[in-house]
Amino acid sequence: MHEATIAQLAQELKSRKISSQELTKHFLERISRLDADLNAFITITQNDALAQAKAADARLASGEGTPLTGIPIAHKDIFCTKGVKTSCGSRMLDNFISPYDATVVARLKQAGAVMLGKTNMDEFAMGSSNETSFYGPAHNPWDRDTVPGGSSGGSAAAVAARMACGATGTDTGGSIRQPAAFSGVTGVKPTYGRVSRYGIVAFASSLDQAGTLTRTAEDAALMLQIMSGPDELDSTALPNLVPDFCKALKDPWENITIGVPDNFFDKDLDPNNAQLIRDALSVFEKLGATIKEIHLENIHLSVPVYYVVAPAEASSNLSRFDGIRYGYRAEGESGDLAEFYMRTRGEGFGAEVKRRILMGTYVLSAGYYDAYYLQAQKIRQLISQDFSRAFEDVDLIAGPTAPTPAFSIGQKINDPIQMYLNDIYTIGAPLAGLPALSTPCGLVNNLPVGLQLIGPHLSEERLLKAAHYFQQETDWHTLVPPGYFE
Amino acid sequence: MNWDVVIGLEIHTQLATKSKIFSGSSTQYGASPNSQASLVDLGYPGVLPVLNRDAVCMAIKFGLATGCQISPRSIFARKNYFYPDLPKGYQISQYELPIVYDGCLEIVLEDGELRTIGITRAHLEEDAGKSLHDDFRDHSGIDLNRAGTPLLEIVSEPDLRSATEAGIYMRAIHTLVCYLGISDGNMQEGSFRCDANVSIRSRGEKKLGTRTELKNLNSFRFVEKAIQVEIERQINVVEDGAEVVQETRLYDAGSNTTRTMRIKEEANDYRYFPDPDLLPVIIEDKLIEKLRSELPELPDAKRNRFISNYALSETVAEELTSTREIGDYFEEAVKSQPSVPPKQIAKLIQRELTEALKKNSLNIKKSKVPPEIIAVLASKIQDNSISSSAASAVFEELWRTDSSIGVSNVIEKLGLEQISNEGVINTMVDDIIAQNPEQAEQCRKGKDKVIGFLVGQVMKISRGKANPQQVIQTLKNKLRGE
Repeated sequence: MHEATIAQLAQELKSRKISSQELTKHFLERISRLDADLNAFITITQNDALAQAKAADARLASGEGTPLTGIPIAHKDIFCTKGVKTSCGSRMLDNFISPYDATVVARLKQAGAVMLGKTNMDEFAMGSSNETSFYGPAHNPWDRDTVPGGSSGGSAAAVAARMACGATGTDTGGSIRQPAAFSGVTGVKPTYGRVSRYGIVAFASSLDQAGTLTRTAEDAALMLQIMSGPDELDSTALPNLVPDFCKALKDPWENITIGVPDNFFDKDLDPNNAQLIRDALSVFEKLGATIKEIHLENIHLSVPVYYVVAPAEASSNLSRFDGIRYGYRAEGESGDLAEFYMRTRGEGFGAEVKRRILMGTYVLSAGYYDAYYLQAQKIRQLISQDFSRAFEDVDLIAGPTAPTPAFSIGQKINDPIQMYLNDIYTIGAPLAGLPALSTPCGLVNNLPVGLQLIGPHLSEERLLKAAHYFQQETDWHTLVPPGYFE
Repeated sequence: MNWDVVIGLEIHTQLATKSKIFSGSSTQYGASPNSQASLVDLGYPGVLPVLNRDAVCMAIKFGLATGCQISPRSIFARKNYFYPDLPKGYQISQYELPIVYDGCLEIVLEDGELRTIGITRAHLEEDAGKSLHDDFRDHSGIDLNRAGTPLLEIVSEPDLRSATEAGIYMRAIHTLVCYLGISDGNMQEGSFRCDANVSIRSRGEKKLGTRTELKNLNSFRFVEKAIQVEIERQINVVEDGAEVVQETRLYDAGSNTTRTMRIKEEANDYRYFPDPDLLPVIIEDKLIEKLRSELPELPDAKRNRFISNYALSETVAEELTSTREIGDYFEEAVKSQPSVPPKQIAKLIQRELTEALKKNSLNIKKSKVPPEIIAVLASKIQDNSISSSAASAVFEELWRTDSSIGVSNVIEKLGLEQISNEGVINTMVDDIIAQNPEQAEQCRKGKDKVIGFLVGQVMKISRGKANPQQVIQTLKNKLRGE
């Protein structure tokens, strides 16, 4: 059962060949057997899952429901889930039971999806390896000594190890696409504003976007269909109506032009990865696409720009964690208010979060604002314009998702610059608010490699369709990590 | 040495929206602590602000009423600082692009001189909650009912030149926001508060002196007193050869002094930056025109109209336009008795109604004597049925009985019909002249002041019922043959 995709399972559930309760029990059993080695889950909601599965079966029995009714999924622990711990991978929220559901959670719940649990992640989504989690690192099912990527590492590992049919994630600088690449799954980050941010613990508000980690582009389309759309609770959610993503996948292929930025094939890119990306491009060529080399003038500035903008917003977003109303509070007496804050935040946040709060506070400070924050915003505009200009000539942009396959646990955690540079190819799209995805395109040393596709604003249909056609021509996305087939 | 005083005010006025500026919680005052705080107001993880359009409309109305520019595009920024009653660790406010800017308000100084006070800007922001330090031993309580209440911060140019002017300006802004219906202006509930920037410079000097900021002045009286003592303090400092330090000071009403709250070096770096959770506020001309058409008659215009239409004096018109409600009351009364001179009605409102309302701490809307009744009372004075001193007693009785029994009945019940019978008045005047020969003699010799005394005596024996005009005439006739 765990080998089937959401699309296949939806058919079987609908035709009552299997029940959601059987399916849910099957995945819960896998989680209890496999997750001890992977640490992909922070919370497993067994009882809720079984109750939701039962309700889904009733709904299906009466001939109702959606393609997601009865499908067991997992949520990244950044999404607020009513009555369930929502830790965001931090000690700060280790005791936080959310009183409400995020819009994404509510929509999936309403569609009848079954929540298996909440997945591991880098603390407050700050990290590219899942190693900054208060709950310890999640492991990559392809090689448990390596990282599954991050920050949505738990979601990627859970889907790769077939412990969930699909999972939600969030992407701020690559946090869906990079773990998807490292774990050999399909990761989609929609256009900024396509999916409501309401109920997602905020990291960098102008960049954060919810998306999916699934086995196939088709499954991503099924989940995004439910997750997307306007939300009156999020002013930055786009008002645009959501097209029929699944229908788009079935549309006949059109000969599109795919731009390949020469800047992406630089010295940072592992030559083995580079070869797999070129192979993938030739698959598109065979489909009839035109490949065109392009140049993104300012893309090399995206990492420094990101590490000004994202920490600036984060430093403000994380101010609410002060130990007053919820979350971690330092024990014992504090001499004064300042000491209370320092102890609570000093003990509640991990090292990487503190580093980013410090960076963000610095770049917003009087005397530095113009030189850093304002300057970064200007360059962000330029990067965005580079993409717009490129999309005048090409329909999609393709390139690597990450410079290397998954690295070893512990390899980069003490070198933040090396860690940050891992997101060098993924940061551009969120800076410009563009939709992008990663699809498996091969193995290097038995570790998966991802192909990244970036599209213009609101081009999810085109992106998903391209990935879907690619997946019809290749079988990289069907590979199961050794040891997880059974 | 002579000193010039330079004052600018920052007035925070709470907007009268039903719900908060970024959440659906009620803004009703006085609910039990934290009962009107939603997840958004509490700053829960993941929640997002959604702008209340009513607050935007109210800010635009203020801008229109003060001739401000209305920004076609304004943005919200975050002002970052930590405090337990600031749930998100930042206040959403406007910084670089306020919603309205560059306007002015005309005020009338005590000597009748008109002065134009510049309004630099007015911007929207959310209020913080309240920290309660007195009610809990060893603890502080936090009430977040107020958190997220919409405020309009109105920043004046440093155009005010004395504590009194500052008070007049603050009252004028108060009158204006109440007229516009954008604030209840309730100062006890903190709906209208003020910070003042005060500096001095030697007379004729162009350069501004170092200013201090006085925080949280929440009554007209305190504003004037606090600014006055601060001016005196600054003059003393400078005349003693020292320098004024730029700092924030607090006014202590008990000792009538100001004291240091924090000096500039300790000032927070608020790290303002545009709030990425909110879109820029785009205001189209169509909305501006719609709101312009909804503006009520403003205090200045109403005052001028009262002077020309009803022949009122400047000061009477000023008082009868001090709130929209008193103006409405007056005009309703006038309309119900078109033959009575408006002045007569105005007099009754000022003399009787205002007093009664003040004594009973009532709003004019809750007046126990409706405008039609006060107009009838005025007509009784006008046609000499009662004297104006008797009218006072009639008014009191009307107030006491909810005016339900009618003016004529009250006059009859109290036996206060004016005595205009010539014979009766002659007799009373004769009696008084006989009883006060000394004063009568002085009056004969032309001392006008004494007439008043004699009239008073006649009024006294008539129990206020004698027609005073007729009494004066009779006295003059008898004593001077006039």
